[in-house]
Amino acid sequence: MFLTPALAISAVLFAIGVAGVLVRRNAIVIFMCVELMLNAVNLTFVALAQQLGVAGQVFVFFVMAVAAAEAAVGLAIIIAIYRHRETVDLRDINILKG
Amino acid sequence: MTASAVPLIWLVPALPLAGFVVNGALVFAAPGAKRAVSAIGVGVLLLAFAVALAAVLGYAGAGGGAPEVFTYWSWMAVDKLQVAFALQVDPLSCVMILVVTGVGALIHVFSVGYMYEDPGYARYFAYLNLFVFFMLILVLGASFPVMFVGWEGVGLCSYLLIGFWFGEKANADAGKKAFVVNRIGDFGFLIAMFLIYQNVGSLDFNAVFAAAPAALAGVVTAVCLFLFLGCTGKSAQIPLYTWLPDAMAGPTPVSALIHAATMVTAGVYLVARCNVLFAMSPVASSVVAGVGALTALFAATIALQQWDIKKVLAYSTVSQLGYMFLGVGTGAYAAGIFHLATHAFFKALLFLGSGSVIHAMHHAYHATHSHEDAQDMRNMGGLKRWLPVTTVLMWVATLAIAGVPPLSGFFSKDEILGAAFARGQAQGIWYLYWAMGLAAALLTAFYMTRLMLYTFHGPNRTGEKESGHLHEAPWMMTGPLVVLGVLAAVGGALNVPAIVGGGARLERWLAPVTSAGAALLPAGEVSPGTEWTLLGVAVLIAAAGIVGAFRLLDLNALVPARSAPAETGFARVLARKWYVDEIYDAAIVRPVVWLSRRVLWQGVDQGAVDGAGVNGLARAARALGWLGSRLQTGEVGFYVVLFVAGVVVVLRAALR
Repeated sequence: MFLTPALAISAVLFAIGVAGVLVRRNAIVIFMCVELMLNAVNLTFVALAQQLGVAGQVFVFFVMAVAAAEAAVGLAIIIAIYRHRETVDLRDINILKG
Repeated sequence: MTASAVPLIWLVPALPLAGFVVNGALVFAAPGAKRAVSAIGVGVLLLAFAVALAAVLGYAGAGGGAPEVFTYWSWMAVDKLQVAFALQVDPLSCVMILVVTGVGALIHVFSVGYMYEDPGYARYFAYLNLFVFFMLILVLGASFPVMFVGWEGVGLCSYLLIGFWFGEKANADAGKKAFVVNRIGDFGFLIAMFLIYQNVGSLDFNAVFAAAPAALAGVVTAVCLFLFLGCTGKSAQIPLYTWLPDAMAGPTPVSALIHAATMVTAGVYLVARCNVLFAMSPVASSVVAGVGALTALFAATIALQQWDIKKVLAYSTVSQLGYMFLGVGTGAYAAGIFHLATHAFFKALLFLGSGSVIHAMHHAYHATHSHEDAQDMRNMGGLKRWLPVTTVLMWVATLAIAGVPPLSGFFSKDEILGAAFARGQAQGIWYLYWAMGLAAALLTAFYMTRLMLYTFHGPNRTGEKESGHLHEAPWMMTGPLVVLGVLAAVGGALNVPAIVGGGARLERWLAPVTSAGAALLPAGEVSPGTEWTLLGVAVLIAAAGIVGAFRLLDLNALVPARSAPAETGFARVLARKWYVDEIYDAAIVRPVVWLSRRVLWQGVDQGAVDGAGVNGLARAARALGWLGSRLQTGEVGFYVVLFVAGVVVVLRAALR
């Protein structure tokens, strides 16, 4: 009965996450937008699990575990970059330019 | 069963080959061992001559006539193409091996005296032995490919020996010229072989000639003309004769052996060998005879105005080869081979005699450290005082080549001219060939007498100091001259025509080979009266040339080469050899060089292959790489945009 609003909210959250990744330049903010997208997906899983069975809820735990690991590695990389470049602005980080 | 020497025929080429191997090893092992080199180099030739003589006698004793083929091993076996390494003994190859080993042995003996001082003595004899080996393969081969091995081999040896003194660029260039010009002819030979194989399915002489009238009827003219192209290269006929005069850069005995007596006659041998094919094609026969007659006349005019003693003889050789082709083209195959043999005698004698003269001149100039030209006749004159033996022998050869009876050249030349005249009754064009041959005979008598007068008679122009050092050559050199002198004098006895009471022995001996071709030709008999008239005309012409030279040439007016004025007018055209070398240079060599350099090198190679091919591909790869690198902006945001766009596209496709 909450399915439609739940899916709508998760779509909005996902869109906000995508837009944030696309337009923001700060690595931390982009990182948070990625988390937002993951959680939008989690919401979808939970909402659909009401009708389609418990598998969706199990997946949510997997996603959270991956997100935790990602947070650890991603933040470590960002800190390492900051130590080198004194910035986390992605416009200044382009040494892979061809 | 009596032991016949015919099966020993393999020894005839094998002996010179062994000589080459041993002498070739000595070049590296002991180049100073001149006695060993002489013994081996000359010894194998004398042995080969002895074996050849025994084999020929054995063959003649067994009746002669039918060819005896000895097959040794299978050489090329590809489906229907079966070529064996086989030698063939028949009347024609008998004549050829006797000439090659006989004259060859004499010239080897002469070389011992002539080349003894040379540092490349061992190398010289190694090459000379190798040449004789290939020449024997050429005349003994029982099929076209085996003959072609010899054909190419003698070309190689010719190249090696022309450029024997390769330290001077002119000599190396002359060798190169001979090699390149011969390639053009060899191309013709190859094409002819392909055509024969395509139509007959075999390349063995006997199979081809037996099948020719039926199988080759359609292409016989093409086959013959391609074969003749090969002949013009090897035997120095128009238009490919230009290499032979330059070939005089080699040592003089080489000129005598390769460029007068043997190798250059290979073309005549080829036509005589393929007489069936040439007789089948009147057009090709006419071309052969016409080119021969034209070459005989043309080369004789050039010889009139040459000063280098060897150049005169070189053009004389070209001219005499023209006679031989006139003979075989006319269908007088035996007469052509007869002239080949007598020419081998008297031209080898003339070249060796000139070698003796050059030897003396060279020593005289060497003794006084003078740098005059030892081969220029303007520096000679009156040499008969110092070189009496050479003078007498060269006069014999001169009278022989001029056609004075009863010396050898008279019979052979007269027979060719007589045959040409007889064929004129059936085909009128041969009267023209006959007239050209007659004119060439007049010029021959004139320029040979001129050579003799300028070299041996009149006042001496060598120089005061130098003339004291002139001397006759050692017996090692004059000995072979004497033998050749006797042969040049009496060689005509081989084939005395019936009209003067002879038995025409060579003609009858060769009949088994030539009869197949002769049967296809129009019969041309002339009455005894006409024949006597022709004989008389030939003698008169020879006498006119000799007397004319005595009358017209002023020996006292000559000055040494150093102070001689340049020729003017027509004499200049002749001295410059009708500018043929210059014309070839402008018409062929330069365009080819231009084409090679501008179009093929700078256009095709540097432009297309290097430019478009190698560098172009590299540039294309680099351009593609540059385009790809534009995607790698290093901006994470840009990557994300692409990533999202990609996801959208994939989802769109998946959800359809």
